[in-house]
Amino acid sequence: MKTLKFKIITLSFICASSFFVSCDNKDSITTDTNSETPVLARKGKKFKGTFVQQDQMARPAINTVFIGSGAPKDAFNASIPSAMGASYQGIFQSRLLALNPGYTANALGQTASELTGLLSTDVLNVSKVAPTTFFDGTNVLTGRKPADDVIDVELLLIFGGPTGASNSGLTSDHVNANDKNFATSFPYLASPW
Amino acid sequence: MKKTKMVLGLSLVAISGLVFMAADHADAPAVTGNASDITDVYAFQGQNTNNMVFVVNTQGLLTPGATAGAVFNENTLQEINIDTNGDNVEDLVIQAIRSGKDMYFFGPYCPESTGISSEIEEDEQVGKVKITPYGSAPIIKSDHGMKFFAGPRDDPFFFDLGQFKHILAGEATGFNNPGTDTFAGTNVLSTIIELPKSMLGNSSTINVWAETKNRQ
Repeated sequence: MKTLKFKIITLSFICASSFFVSCDNKDSITTDTNSETPVLARKGKKFKGTFVQQDQMARPAINTVFIGSGAPKDAFNASIPSAMGASYQGIFQSRLLALNPGYTANALGQTASELTGLLSTDVLNVSKVAPTTFFDGTNVLTGRKPADDVIDVELLLIFGGPTGASNSGLTSDHVNANDKNFATSFPYLASPW
Repeated sequence: MKKTKMVLGLSLVAISGLVFMAADHADAPAVTGNASDITDVYAFQGQNTNNMVFVVNTQGLLTPGATAGAVFNENTLQEINIDTNGDNVEDLVIQAIRSGKDMYFFGPYCPESTGISSEIEEDEQVGKVKITPYGSAPIIKSDHGMKFFAGPRDDPFFFDLGQFKHILAGEATGFNNPGTDTFAGTNVLSTIIELPKSMLGNSSTINVWAETKNRQ
């Protein structure tokens, strides 16, 4: 029903596409030639409603690695980062020590408590002034770019010990790059298979 | 000795039902196989180093045969949350939602409320882009100094998930060299935004996360 209504609205605007109603300054510099934008904004209906969180994600594989299967995973996805540390740091630490009972510290010098304190608040720390990367040998957790081998970084931090040399069979999956090359320009990601 | 202990630990984890479905592909029962399942989030400096790029991928593990039929849901809002003062509460949001054949974009703007519920402030609309159909060249829209893309892409994630599962199950003690990329040959639905860093506040670092939110 909603879709049908919208189609009618859209159609009527395609018919009147040369008719450009400016609702605010932002819309007036829109360059789209098929300009239903301001009209939709004036109608103010299409995007109304309350939207409730289903999934949350920042760092790769955090929920999958550190949260128990089933309902706890849904609960983690429905929680907000500012509340995660208090609820999940202890759970993450138990998981970490189950994965690697010999954990003392990692290559960043983090204790189990420090590493899980960082990871349990699931946000990407992103620099606006330094190169953006999960880890490039120099910069650590300053963003995530598509080519970053994020799994090796996480494996190293979980299994590699203080020097990164522990558990050598577990600190890299030896898949070091994507199956397609990334573009240097927008939209950066490769065409689909 | 250490190794034995660790393998034991891993087996216990496997028994307790921890199944690794990286990155966050199908990470939890409520989102598996639907439009709200976020598979990966990226935030990186653009080709123009004054710009930041955000990528939100959803609906992972699409085979080529399934990709043409995969669609963004009109009732699923994708929201990029940006914390500019280090308290892990969003100060700015960028929202994207499909309507018809287009993806509409709002922000970055300061939302009236934070947390698990969101509304869309329609005055904050900054652009829209036609969703690129499977098999077509990418359709890119530039508006308000920003660039927008929405549509299927190769899944940029890479990982030998299969071998990791064997390790968790106690069937192997380490990875193979070379490994096998479990995500090779699969696609995702990508929403990609590039914008001037100056639109993201004045701090030198930000915290970023993505959420999917469904219309009630």
